[in-house]
Amino acid sequence: MLPLFVILPLFSAFIISIFGRVNKYFGDIFANFTNILLVFISFLTLYLLNINDLSAITYNVGGWRLPIGITLVVDYYSALMLIIINLVSFFVSVYSISYMEKYTDKTKYYVLFMLMLSGMNGVVISGDLFNIFVFLEVASISSYSLVAFGVESEELEAAFKYLVLGTIASSLILLSIAIIYSYASSLNLAHIALIINRLPVEKVLLTKFVIILLIVGFCIKSAVVPFHSWLPDAHPSAPAPISAMLSGILIKTLGIYTMTRIIFNVFFVGEDIFKLVYWLGIVSMLAGVIIALYQLDYKRLLAYSSISHVGYILLGIGLGTPLGILGGIFHLLNHSVIKSLLFLTSGSLEYSLGTRDLLKISQTNQRLPITKFAMLIGSLSISGVPPFNGFWSKLIIIIACVQSKKLFAGFVAILVSVLTLSVFIKVLKYGFYKKSLIEGQEQKSIEVKDVPFWMKFSMLGLALLCVFMGILIFPNIRDVLLVPASDILARGYEYSKIVFMNK
Amino acid sequence: MKQKTNKEGMTLIVKTITRLTVLLIVLYAIYITLHGHLTPGGGFAGGVILALSFVHVVIAFGKDFVMKKFSKEILPILESFGGLLFLIIAVLGFIGGSFFKNVFGVGKSYNLFSAGQIMPSNIAIMLKVGFGMFSAFLCLILFVHKDEDK
Amino acid sequence: MVYVLCLILFLVGLYGILVKKNVLKIIISFAIMDYAINLFFILVGYKNGASFPIFIKGKENVLMVDPLPQALVLTSIVIGLSITMLMVAIAIRLYEKYGTFDISEIRKLKG
Repeated sequence: MLPLFVILPLFSAFIISIFGRVNKYFGDIFANFTNILLVFISFLTLYLLNINDLSAITYNVGGWRLPIGITLVVDYYSALMLIIINLVSFFVSVYSISYMEKYTDKTKYYVLFMLMLSGMNGVVISGDLFNIFVFLEVASISSYSLVAFGVESEELEAAFKYLVLGTIASSLILLSIAIIYSYASSLNLAHIALIINRLPVEKVLLTKFVIILLIVGFCIKSAVVPFHSWLPDAHPSAPAPISAMLSGILIKTLGIYTMTRIIFNVFFVGEDIFKLVYWLGIVSMLAGVIIALYQLDYKRLLAYSSISHVGYILLGIGLGTPLGILGGIFHLLNHSVIKSLLFLTSGSLEYSLGTRDLLKISQTNQRLPITKFAMLIGSLSISGVPPFNGFWSKLIIIIACVQSKKLFAGFVAILVSVLTLSVFIKVLKYGFYKKSLIEGQEQKSIEVKDVPFWMKFSMLGLALLCVFMGILIFPNIRDVLLVPASDILARGYEYSKIVFMNK
Repeated sequence: MKQKTNKEGMTLIVKTITRLTVLLIVLYAIYITLHGHLTPGGGFAGGVILALSFVHVVIAFGKDFVMKKFSKEILPILESFGGLLFLIIAVLGFIGGSFFKNVFGVGKSYNLFSAGQIMPSNIAIMLKVGFGMFSAFLCLILFVHKDEDK
Repeated sequence: MVYVLCLILFLVGLYGILVKKNVLKIIISFAIMDYAINLFFILVGYKNGASFPIFIKGKENVLMVDPLPQALVLTSIVIGLSITMLMVAIAIRLYEKYGTFDISEIRKLKG
């Protein structure tokens, strides 16, 4: 059943490419139908994991046994990632039914979208290092071309920048895969973990070199601060649904998921690597939010805030304690939902007002009730106001910092949370609660069209998720979903035992 | 002056040679593809050679001549058909119990019709790579064409 | 020793990407970097005195080099090809919009 996560989007991409010109609505219907199926299957996977009391489901492609063939592995962590990827992409593709009308070629958009989705699903389900690389490239190449989808000069420039940095990252990852293969003679993650566990001590230095290469590569993909320069250009330039996909799930799947999988489950990494991840997290938290403070372009502001929240996730993971990892994973899930919601609201502002400059969107305060509501919920949620989901995950990360006696990190986490609140208060104030700053313009009533039904539907859906994802923290549900997910990372080498046991 | 000759293609010698050789190149691509499981080569190499034969025609006769002969719309369809064929071959493995399982039977080694699913997959990859590369090449050419008109 | 040469080639490509200002030179540097990695990957599978990993009638039992890196390199060549194609396409479009290949003049975004 696991290959369906790759088969369905690929199939839908090819079918849309062949028959897309027959009917105008073919792409819409087929892509959304596929997405509904994928959401259903991803929930089914989690249900199967739970009902059979398994730690992981494995699948041998082509019937070849474990160390030889390509293995697909889904444990609780990947199952949660699959659910969040497919859920967000379902809402985004529903949203793009109406939003993408203004672009010329919707068929090609859906083809690239589906290819990107299949790449991300493939990264999450595969338990094989080279397979991860291939799917990562599938997702990246489609995202490069989706960033350049509007073919205006800014979009092309941003896409070229993203392309160059992305290829440097992939080259580093490929180089490290070659080095790993040269002394492990295997590409299966579980098998590599077994082999490296038995390596003599003098080869550990080489392991560290490989890990540094991998961390740099994945950090470029996920835009952690020293390598972040492509993100604030690429994410605002893309069409809004694609920004939501990129910022919501792509940087997390390609960057953070793979990085955590490799540093926790494959390599025996010492305290110093965790310290590196931890400091990367702190630096990008601070830098992202401070630059976001003085942005006036709504989408650029969201992009910088994304960088800061990737820092939160890395901070939680870099603590290395079970509670920290749990907080990191939970914040990853929450931030996917919140950030895609916020990017979708930016898209609907752009749709009805034609601008995303915060100073100019102010005069239209009461005309877009749903967008306003969604923006309010998203802003409160991302800045960690109690009933919403962002609060709980930040709280767990801060508690984990205090527990592991890293008071400085806890202090920085609280500070960044407060700064984020101020950033989004600025957004709400400029966006909805203030008369126009530019004199004489506010009297002119611009004809504002309200957003269509499908855009409202997906924004409301994501906003509801924002409200209700907080329930994941209640002990009964946490023990079923989040604790096993963080457990599989915290147990490190036992991952390989679990995978080999299941073959 | 140079632009004008560029649009009409190259000289008579090149055109005649192209007429003679292009079918041979296509034949070679098919040979490379079909023998992919026996000799070096396979779907990707065959597809690249196929694309190169089309590129050869475009360079020799000029893009206007080629664009008159067929529409650009057919290329993505053929390309996606190749991808779909590969996916279907992979999905057929579910009959044998697993994704990508060889259900065609292995056959006798060193025969042309052996190694089961490898030959059909090679053909699918040839379609995908050949038409994909050619359509990318055409797109690059058409950009420049638009630029010259300005 | 050969591995060090590969690393030097890789660094040459990286240097080109990071330092050169021309878009086309960046694309070429990327290709150099890609080839360096592919070469390294092929060298990883090399055995002294072994032949190519293809069965020929009557010669089944000879020593062969590791075929897996070669398969992987084919995949990575395909990926490199598509990335190069995308880069060239974007470079042509950039030239159309900006009229130059110099990336220090292609600067509408603040980064």
